[in-house]
Amino acid sequence: MQSDATTPVAAAPAVPPAPAGRTLPDGQALLSVRGVKKVYHTDGGDIEAVRNLTFDLARGELACLVGPSGSGKTTLLKVIAGLLGATEGQVTLDGQKITGPPKKMAVVFQEYGRSLFPWLRVADNVELPLKNAGVPKAERKARVNEALEAVGLDAVPRSYPWQLSGGMQQRVAIARAVAYQPEVLLMDEPFAAVDAQTRADLEDLVRRLWKDLGMTVLFVTHDIDESIYLGGRVIVLSSSPTVVQEDLVIDLPDERDQLETRSLPRFTELRHHVYEQIQLAKRGHRPDGAP
Amino acid sequence: MKTLKSAGYLILLPVLLVALWWVGTSGEPNFFVPTPAQLVDTFGPTWFEGRIATDVLPSIGRLVAGVLLAIVLGIVVGLLVGLNRTLRALTEPVFEFFRALPPPVLIPVLMLLIGVNDSMKVAVIVSGAIWPVLLNTIEGVRSIDPVQNETSRSYGISGFARIRYQVLPSATPIIMAGVRQCLSIGLILMVISEMFASSSGLGFTIVQFQRSFAIPEMWSGIIVLGLIGVVMSFIFQWAEARVLRWYHGLKEVENAV
Amino acid sequence: MTVVIDPTKAPGAPRPARVRRPGPPRWVLGLVGVLVFLGAWELLPVLGIVQAKYLPPASEVIVALVRDFGLTAFWVSVGETLLAWALGLLMATVAALVLGLLIGGSGFLRRFTNSTIEFLRPIPSVALIPLAVLLYGVKIESSLLLIVYACFWQVLIQVLYGVADVDNVAMQTAKSYGFSGWQRIKDVVFPTVLPYLMTGIRLGAAVALILAITAELIIGSPGLGREIALAQSGGAISGMYALILATGLLGMLINVGMRTIERRILGWHPSVRGEVIA
Repeated sequence: MQSDATTPVAAAPAVPPAPAGRTLPDGQALLSVRGVKKVYHTDGGDIEAVRNLTFDLARGELACLVGPSGSGKTTLLKVIAGLLGATEGQVTLDGQKITGPPKKMAVVFQEYGRSLFPWLRVADNVELPLKNAGVPKAERKARVNEALEAVGLDAVPRSYPWQLSGGMQQRVAIARAVAYQPEVLLMDEPFAAVDAQTRADLEDLVRRLWKDLGMTVLFVTHDIDESIYLGGRVIVLSSSPTVVQEDLVIDLPDERDQLETRSLPRFTELRHHVYEQIQLAKRGHRPDGAP
Repeated sequence: MKTLKSAGYLILLPVLLVALWWVGTSGEPNFFVPTPAQLVDTFGPTWFEGRIATDVLPSIGRLVAGVLLAIVLGIVVGLLVGLNRTLRALTEPVFEFFRALPPPVLIPVLMLLIGVNDSMKVAVIVSGAIWPVLLNTIEGVRSIDPVQNETSRSYGISGFARIRYQVLPSATPIIMAGVRQCLSIGLILMVISEMFASSSGLGFTIVQFQRSFAIPEMWSGIIVLGLIGVVMSFIFQWAEARVLRWYHGLKEVENAV
Repeated sequence: MTVVIDPTKAPGAPRPARVRRPGPPRWVLGLVGVLVFLGAWELLPVLGIVQAKYLPPASEVIVALVRDFGLTAFWVSVGETLLAWALGLLMATVAALVLGLLIGGSGFLRRFTNSTIEFLRPIPSVALIPLAVLLYGVKIESSLLLIVYACFWQVLIQVLYGVADVDNVAMQTAKSYGFSGWQRIKDVVFPTVLPYLMTGIRLGAAVALILAITAELIIGSPGLGREIALAQSGGAISGMYALILATGLLGMLINVGMRTIERRILGWHPSVRGEVIA
């Protein structure tokens, strides 16, 4: 099978009307990013990390955000998470403008070793956000057990995170997010620091949790295969200053399997396409109409 | 067999040293160094017939009060200052000065300001021993991992809960290093505040023995001070091992890689 | 003012360059802090909250300090304090380094001496004050006894940590290349121990100053501490405060100096080490 950049792939519009991701009519989007711009004021002058980003996420969607390194993926995620304020534009969740970390959201960070508190045991790490939110004790315990079971860690609640392998630590962090029962789960390159086999297991875990729990997931990654394998949609970012380069529907069968899915011709096509887009972005190509 | 061997390692050198001392003092009587037997004979009558209640326990009480106050105040103020960037910048040079100020010079100052009494001695201990705890708390809070902060924020853990569950535990290793210094400075200040300005207490008593050339009694006092130091160190190590169990485990794992 | 090492720079995530914060720069705030402190000190006696005979206003003390700077006697005292400080620190360091390498290099000696070290180390060196007085009176040797005892343990413990940290593979490599015992110490052990040694010396330097001043204050051996005691008993209160200010400045100078030396010597080292917490 051959594919090249000039052949329009699937639902991706050959020439996007404006450098924006897919948007939904008012009231239908769960998460809505509108014209977000982020400028850092540093000692060495201003740095524009994100220029103008617009896209929507429908309820129950699993979307991946890919882009060349330094394309402001993490910055964007932090703006969506309410950890950073946008310089211009806004992010709304369920119609509410995000001004700080919203209750309905949970974040899984790349640096699991630093995001889990090393002085708390596994179960206590998962329980802490619930305790803080005032969830009654009995329910708390149930939710912690459930979450640990869901990620396959019900055998080690009394261990400290640092006694576990990297992959297991990231499972703890995922369990913590799941127990929090968020509507939106943001994941910032969560598997960048684990080995390939563990990574495949964790990808399947995320897909399973997403299906079982009906969460909306926004997954940031720099791994093209991962972005295509995981979700129903890939948003490709341009290089900095960042805009949306392409918003691609992943039309792979819903049942995904590490071996089967990855050897589908369609998977290869999509991978080629995204790879080329990223190469274009790295060379400084900007989508038509980009500011 | 194994325990016997480790017990041997534990006591062999101390036994040798005492033997050396015994041999060294058994010939000509030495004015400065009593024989082990003399020291043992004087120890009981010197301390257990009254002085333990009139001098030793009050000294220890002041020490404990001063050190506890220094630790609590140091951590509270350290948290307040450490969490506020502006406050930190404002106080840094002044605090660096007080850290660098040798604490014994505070004795004459507080004698003037408070007078010679128990609260002055406690104040001396607090004002000298607070700095390592205070500055280490500030440093511990300042160097908190940004990912930990973002984790707390994204889960809505803020205010007091954040201090209780995130800030304080993550700063504990550095704070404990400060507490260790705080204890040894506190002990130094307890002794010398009594030597400089007092008519009772352990430090005063030992200097009295020296002035009246009661040499074995003086040595017995040095031993009492040494024992207090050793006991404090054991208590600290015990507490530290409990509080920082997670930290030592973490370091072990990191070093093994 | 030196900036302490920052071990928490996040690796990985491409964080943007240092984000500029609004507001005045740090040094301006620090200066404001100093001025506020001096202002409060000035006002306390002026407003009568504290009697001026117990706490003279800051301006008066600073004037006294500046006057001291012009007096030979003041500098002689500073010199005496620094001499005891430097000699004591040097003697303690040499003794601790030699013994530390010796003990640390042999598993037998480590176990043999461990209990004794753990017992002697926490003994406060001020307990030796009466002994120092008996043996040396008000001579500098009194200061040295206290300083050496206190600093010795600080340095020794760090050297022992350092020797324990020597890389086994490096040691075996050196052996297989036929390095002599002395070469192994010089080329393998010492470079590993050096950062620990510097930490020990830095900690010891602060302790040495405390004990130098203590000995001068309590025993009356020559130096700034004795001048403080004399000023106090002679009722020269602003003179006393001026001398106290001087000891604080001396302490800051020593701290900054030691950190600079440490950084210079360990410039090659990946991390200028913090304290060992153990």
